[in-house]
Amino acid sequence: MNDLLEFTQKLIHVSTVICIVAISVSLLLLLIRVIIGPSNADRAVALDGIGINLMGIAALISIIIVTTKLNDVVLLIGILLFIGTLAIAKYLEKGVIIDRDMD
Amino acid sequence: MIFTVIIPLILACFVPLLSKIKEKIHTGIFVFFIPFIIFLYFIQFIGSDFSPIAKTYKWIPSLGINLNFYLDGLSLLFVLLISGIGALVVLYSIYYLDKTERLGHFYVYLLMFMAAMLGVVLSDNVFVLYTFWELTSISSFLLIGYWHFNERSRYGALKSMLITIFGGLSMFGGFVLLSVVTGTTSIQSMIEQKDVILNSTYLPLILGFILLGAFTKSAQFPFHIWLPDAMEAPTPVSAYLHSATMVKAGLFLVARFSPIFSSYEWFFIIVSLAGIVTLCWGSYMAVRQTDLKAILAFSTISQLGMIMAMLGFGTKVAVFAAVFHILNHATFKGSLFMVAGIVDHETGTRDIRKLGGLVTFMPITATLALFGTFSMAGIPLPFLNGFYSKELFFESSLDLEGATTFASVLAQVIPYLAVFGSIFTFVYSIYLLFGTFAGKKHLDLLPKKPHEAPIGMLLSPFILVLGVVLIGLFPNLVNGTFLAHAAEAIKGAEIDQHIAFWHGFNTPLKMTLIVVGLGFLLVLTRKKWAGAYRVLPGKLSLNKLYDYILEKLDIVSQKVTQSYMTGSLRLYVAIILGVTLVVTFIVMLVTDGFNIQFDNLADVTIIEVSVVAIMIVAALATILAKNNVSAILILGVVGYGVAILFVLYRAPDLALTQLVIETVTVVLFLLCFRHMPKLRKRNETSGTKIVNIVISVGFGALMTLIGISAHSSKWFESISNYFIETSLKLGGGHNIVNVILVDMRGFDTLFEITVLGIAALAIFSLIKLKRGAK
Repeated sequence: MNDLLEFTQKLIHVSTVICIVAISVSLLLLLIRVIIGPSNADRAVALDGIGINLMGIAALISIIIVTTKLNDVVLLIGILLFIGTLAIAKYLEKGVIIDRDMD
Repeated sequence: MIFTVIIPLILACFVPLLSKIKEKIHTGIFVFFIPFIIFLYFIQFIGSDFSPIAKTYKWIPSLGINLNFYLDGLSLLFVLLISGIGALVVLYSIYYLDKTERLGHFYVYLLMFMAAMLGVVLSDNVFVLYTFWELTSISSFLLIGYWHFNERSRYGALKSMLITIFGGLSMFGGFVLLSVVTGTTSIQSMIEQKDVILNSTYLPLILGFILLGAFTKSAQFPFHIWLPDAMEAPTPVSAYLHSATMVKAGLFLVARFSPIFSSYEWFFIIVSLAGIVTLCWGSYMAVRQTDLKAILAFSTISQLGMIMAMLGFGTKVAVFAAVFHILNHATFKGSLFMVAGIVDHETGTRDIRKLGGLVTFMPITATLALFGTFSMAGIPLPFLNGFYSKELFFESSLDLEGATTFASVLAQVIPYLAVFGSIFTFVYSIYLLFGTFAGKKHLDLLPKKPHEAPIGMLLSPFILVLGVVLIGLFPNLVNGTFLAHAAEAIKGAEIDQHIAFWHGFNTPLKMTLIVVGLGFLLVLTRKKWAGAYRVLPGKLSLNKLYDYILEKLDIVSQKVTQSYMTGSLRLYVAIILGVTLVVTFIVMLVTDGFNIQFDNLADVTIIEVSVVAIMIVAALATILAKNNVSAILILGVVGYGVAILFVLYRAPDLALTQLVIETVTVVLFLLCFRHMPKLRKRNETSGTKIVNIVISVGFGALMTLIGISAHSSKWFESISNYFIETSLKLGGGHNIVNVILVDMRGFDTLFEITVLGIAALAIFSLIKLKRGAK
């Protein structure tokens, strides 16, 4: 029984680390896109991708350090990512983020 | 005794009120009584049984600065000169200055000066003396610039101010050293401790500083240049300040401190050399002048040099002669200035080339001038006091000896220089007298038709000339009762000097005869050798040097300021970081502050490495980004990376905040990018680039090193355990970070909220005000 528990723990740990490494690789690739990305739209999408990957990393880290305190962070990244990407998109599209009143 | 110093100051406050009624009564009439009463008060101390009087009034006892007044023979000589000639000058100014002038200002400055001068000579406390000393500089500045609408007046006032204040400040340095060395602020106690001062290692510094103060005030070479320019002052001021009193403050200082320094070899060398050089240069330059007051100014310089030299000699005869000549010079030079003022007043010019043959118009003035100039020249006549002092000067110059080689060479040379200077003194005196009053008349050149001055104007010079003659006829009248005490105060030993007209056919008399003979020859051939001035000084001029220094100071300081205050923020940041880098690095090296140890480190995990690697790549990419949107997006990666690091190091609150702030910042950047110029390539030289790279890399490296050293040297246990233990117990919360923020250290939070509030209000008002302005 104990063996099984220990085995499961080890399995989770190893798979988490593997996941993190994989996400890191994907982050690096996204980073390359951010840096070279010929247009700013490319960069914006890449940044969005980075954000999602960060959500994953944060969640995985919370598994590794065994805590529930980081769940807020994961949710917050999600919201901010949405707002941020929206702002960048609007900026790239219209040049402004907040429209003036049209009266 | 303090009242004599304070009364002029108090009454100076009332002068403006009195000057309101100047239409009826000249303000000077009220003022006249002040120095006159002071003079009467002090004259009671004259007598052969005089002994010094000391009085103390508390001022700042905790610093040892008290109004210590000390009246000995030397002070008595000076207070009588100041108050006596002060009274005569005020009398003269009543007739000299018209009622339409700003008399209130004039007499306020004059009374201020008089009080300051009395304070200088009566003070026993060095710091009180310095206070009054600076007050004389300031009031002299005000008096020289009395006709401030005149460009030359302003120039002269500034020049005298700069030079005398420079000397005054260095003198102050000397005083501070003296009081530190001796532990007292009283001059008399310092004289008692003179062995301490003479054995002090600071002795050369003390002597140099004090002499610098004395030389600048007394217009000694090469600081004499302010005196001729101070002649732009009204003539009563020139007569009072720049011949009789203020310029003698330096002599007073040297005399006052000579009991301390007289046994020090360098005192003899510096003071005698400065004095004798000033004597020769002043008298040589005086012959060249064409303005009456300029001649008198250079003459004053040379006579002051002569007295200074005698104080430097320090023998009994010399000290007595110095004291005697201080008195004599005040009498004849005061009268000569007043004569020059009369000539100016009655003819409208002071240019000696336009004057001539005035004796028929102004017989009384001419007679007064005759006595004054002959006394100044030291012509051997039994009714002139200048002759005696010159004779004593020659006598004292003959028996000098020096201990070191340099001093003994100097002692050998001094008699020849003394004769040289005196020859020129003779030449300019005769030139002054005959150029003005004898010779051809040039009535067409004069702005006014000359006539004799009113009797009131002649009264003051007449009294002074009466002094010249009386001292000349009965030199022993002032000798034992008055001058002997002054000389005793300087020399520290009793001096019994008998002055007789006929000393026998001795060396000093021969020297006088040489002076008169050669002087006559030079006067007669003046036109032939006047070309000498094209060789010396020729183009060399200390005035030019002064102007050059002043101008260059302006230009150089402007250049220095402009070289770094360019208005470029990039440069300022580079300077700030560069200086911080260099200074911190040196300090850390010198104090052996770099402490790098690798124990007590945590393990590095693969997650940290990969996050940091991403951040490094993004940070480098930010620097190289081509447009500003991409730069801020890539910078966003760094910000999110930091958030992940916070997650890794178990700081969820920080991570939350960092994420929000990072996002908001990116959005804010995007908000204002619309209004910002595009990123462009800067055309910087490779030198600037290299410097920038060196500074930034160096600064980064320095901060890294300091961070590592700080981690390696933890000397105390962290206080965080206390928070962990008491967070729930005292704060009632499980979240330690939040308990610290709002409970344990709530003040920080309060003011950070304030900062945010202020920032918000500032942004709001910036935007609103800009809109409103449109």
